[in-house]
Amino acid sequence: MSEELVTFTVDGQELKAPKGSMLIRATDAAGIHVPRFCYHKKLSVAANCRMCLVEVEKAPKPMPACATPIMPGMIVHTKSAKAIAAQKAVMEFLLINHPLDCPICDQGGECELQDVAVGFGGDVSQYTDVKRVVFDKDIGPLIATELTRCIQCTRCVRFGEEIAGMRELGATDRGDRVVIGTFIEKSVDSEMSGNAIDVCPVGALTAKPSRFTARAWELQQHPAIAPHDGVGSNIFVHTWRGKVVRVVPRENESLNEVWISDRDRFSYQGLYARDRLARPMVKKGDDWRETTWDEALQIAVNGLQAVLKNSGADALAVWASPNATLEELYLLQKMTRGVGSGNIDHRLRQTDFSDQDIAPVMPWLGQNIEALEKLDAALLIGSHVRKDQPLIAHRLRKAAINRNAQICFVNPRKFDWHLPVAHECVSADMVQQLAAIAKACGVNAAHLSALLGAAKVETVHQEIANKLKQAASSTVLLGNIAAQHPYFSTIRQLAAAIAESTGSVFGYLPEAANSAGAWLAGAVPHRGAAGAAPAVAGKPYSDMLAKAIITFNIEPEFDCANSGMAMNITRAAEFVVAVSSFVTDSIKSYADVILPLATFTETSGTYVNGEGFWQSFQGVTQPFGESRPGWKIVRVLGNLFNVAGFEYMSSQDVKDELKVQCQTLQLNNKLAARATAAEKSSGALQRMGDAPIYAVDALVRRATALQQTVDAAVQSAVRINSRQAQASGVLHAEKVKVTQSGGQAYLSLAIDENIPDGCVWIAAATASTVALGATFGTIEIEPV
Amino acid sequence: MSASNSILNAHSLHEIDDWIKRYPADQKQSAVLAALRIAQHQNNGYLTTGLMDAVANYLAMDKIAVYEVASFYSMYELKPVARHNIAICTNVCCMLMGSDTIVNHLERKLGIKLGESTADGRIYLKKEEECLAACAGGPMMQVNHVYHTNLTPQKVDEIIDGLE
Repeated sequence: MSEELVTFTVDGQELKAPKGSMLIRATDAAGIHVPRFCYHKKLSVAANCRMCLVEVEKAPKPMPACATPIMPGMIVHTKSAKAIAAQKAVMEFLLINHPLDCPICDQGGECELQDVAVGFGGDVSQYTDVKRVVFDKDIGPLIATELTRCIQCTRCVRFGEEIAGMRELGATDRGDRVVIGTFIEKSVDSEMSGNAIDVCPVGALTAKPSRFTARAWELQQHPAIAPHDGVGSNIFVHTWRGKVVRVVPRENESLNEVWISDRDRFSYQGLYARDRLARPMVKKGDDWRETTWDEALQIAVNGLQAVLKNSGADALAVWASPNATLEELYLLQKMTRGVGSGNIDHRLRQTDFSDQDIAPVMPWLGQNIEALEKLDAALLIGSHVRKDQPLIAHRLRKAAINRNAQICFVNPRKFDWHLPVAHECVSADMVQQLAAIAKACGVNAAHLSALLGAAKVETVHQEIANKLKQAASSTVLLGNIAAQHPYFSTIRQLAAAIAESTGSVFGYLPEAANSAGAWLAGAVPHRGAAGAAPAVAGKPYSDMLAKAIITFNIEPEFDCANSGMAMNITRAAEFVVAVSSFVTDSIKSYADVILPLATFTETSGTYVNGEGFWQSFQGVTQPFGESRPGWKIVRVLGNLFNVAGFEYMSSQDVKDELKVQCQTLQLNNKLAARATAAEKSSGALQRMGDAPIYAVDALVRRATALQQTVDAAVQSAVRINSRQAQASGVLHAEKVKVTQSGGQAYLSLAIDENIPDGCVWIAAATASTVALGATFGTIEIEPV
Repeated sequence: MSASNSILNAHSLHEIDDWIKRYPADQKQSAVLAALRIAQHQNNGYLTTGLMDAVANYLAMDKIAVYEVASFYSMYELKPVARHNIAICTNVCCMLMGSDTIVNHLERKLGIKLGESTADGRIYLKKEEECLAACAGGPMMQVNHVYHTNLTPQKVDEIIDGLE
């Protein structure tokens, strides 16, 4: 499309738009309303609903505005008698087969068909025959179908093909018998599938978890920020009678465009999980009782102080969720350090902290999210970006498809990708692969010499190196698996070297909603807020020989890299305060006081996303029961500990205090050189794994619909390739016993050729694997 | 999917390859119509989901895209049908020339309706056939791959009785 602007006239108004661009874009931009169903600004033009017919002078018949290219001097009438007659005729045609079931339709009140019918529909239809009926298909736990209502606009089909990258829905049969569906019994499994609900202009696709809860006009809409990944997707939370009933995307072109991931859309179900904690609880002997906030806070502080008195201040450790708000994390570290301990950490899934002193003040994406779709090449290291940060994967997919960007991966296993992948280096030994790529890039640094010397450069490594070098704009990104890898520091050195030698932007894909913000807030043991040297330095969470622990918004057995070890530390501690939205038997097994925490919809706060963008939000519902916003809980704890400077009146005060400290901060991922070690191969069978998409945090783990998806179902098996299964003697076993770090689990076995030799893939953060040790480590497997 | 573990047999794959060669290398999916026809031929005149999936894999297409094609065109059968496929054109020209008589005659003769197969698995009357581009010879029908024009009930009898 040429960028040459041409002048044309719509309804007597002179407009300018690029020559050849579609008329409807120009009318939308000018605020001239043209009715439409199949047109969607983010999807390709189908021009099949015909609702947007307008009169173009000198054209013999009405033209569809969505598929009529703008020509110089064109004169368009959108509201002339001819245009209106055409639109009304199409409307009548579309209503022929549409049922008059608006009163029982979940879309009623927010339905594009309803809205347009009010404007263009007639009171009487000339059609007197029977309407068609389409039987509904079960397409999974997230999307309800009522296909008799479908008007075949094919937006959902185009969404699947063009945005989700998985063509799951299609239009089968023909003519008046066309049916949207999967044709065979099959669920729709994309991690972005819920957007099909939004693009559907009628009530054919509706949200299964929320349908029939409330009418659209009874809902209140509140802006919020999605609380799961480092994108910081903008969302609207819809509430009814003070309860969250639905989450939908809020358009933000620079972050999530008009989409959100299913995780962001449906995780709200966890807000009302059965084990949601309503009142503070304290332990008395072996029994638990509910109590008042005053008493619970006093018992918490007394209990912690008693331990600190005997064992010293550094016996206190604070484990905070990377999904906690900036304010919560800032106050937590301020309180911890005020008490005299430096032991605060949010990097609960990380295991290699050896190079933390040279880590950036805030590890970030190194670029804007929007910039990702303008890349020409990218190397993602240890990343299942499609499931971990679905909307970042969407940007990369756009780059790959629109610009033929060369997207390369170095991963410890193969994944299913929805984007064209240029190269995928799969090896259990990621360090070796990276060293080979670095060598191919011409890296010749002394601190990497041992690794580079041993590296064998193969064609694929050379190809990746060439692609990064030749690209006008390229990036090297570290993903969740890299951050959780036992050789993270080595991987980071190699990645930085590759980025530098190829002129690529070096960045991190932040794991959680506020991973980046946690660094700024100082929720790391070795640095204070804004990266300042801390008053008291502490130890990473896994070294914390803590006798007193505060867990904040986490379940250690699911949220820590080494679930077995985390549980041992918490159970061995003398006094544990759990600040948690939920109460479980597991929490009761180690905690002494449980303080009910308000969730992301119930508190004000700020998240910093992967590009370093601060997004503040307000609480949109009353906290559940007597639970309280985290920043208020920590403020009172700070007061009771007599820490100075805890007189905040609002979360805004807290944010402002931190913002001042961050004012002069320059984000920079540049990494100092540091001698690195090679990965030692023990020869024993290795466990690898990640935190799967629907297990990453306490809220998602309680989202019942998400837990019924295919993505959730694949979580709980041991995955191994057939060769390794043969070697380990489990090829024909259905169930296996796995033993790791003294813990055992009985798991089903899945033969999966995506896993390299010498390894098994066992997801972390799931109930069936909590007895095991670290996500990466030696493991034994035997048939049962 | 490699050719070796496809449910398409070697002969079918060979024929499909022949069709793939006729299109640009990056547009294998252009061969989908031919591939489905070949797959149907391999399977006694109808397609199964398994066969459509095999075609999708072989041509690197989304499965649903193949289902769309197969369900769109009337030349593909998605349920088991009898071995002789008879399609009587009922479009405008043939209708004016008396195709209704032919349809009625055949339905009475065979004791089945359009869209059904005879119990002995011999004759299938295709449910609905649009114009087969033989208007000058209406009424007409297609028996398997052969056109028969200027039909009369007597002529139809001869043709049908001549089928094994």
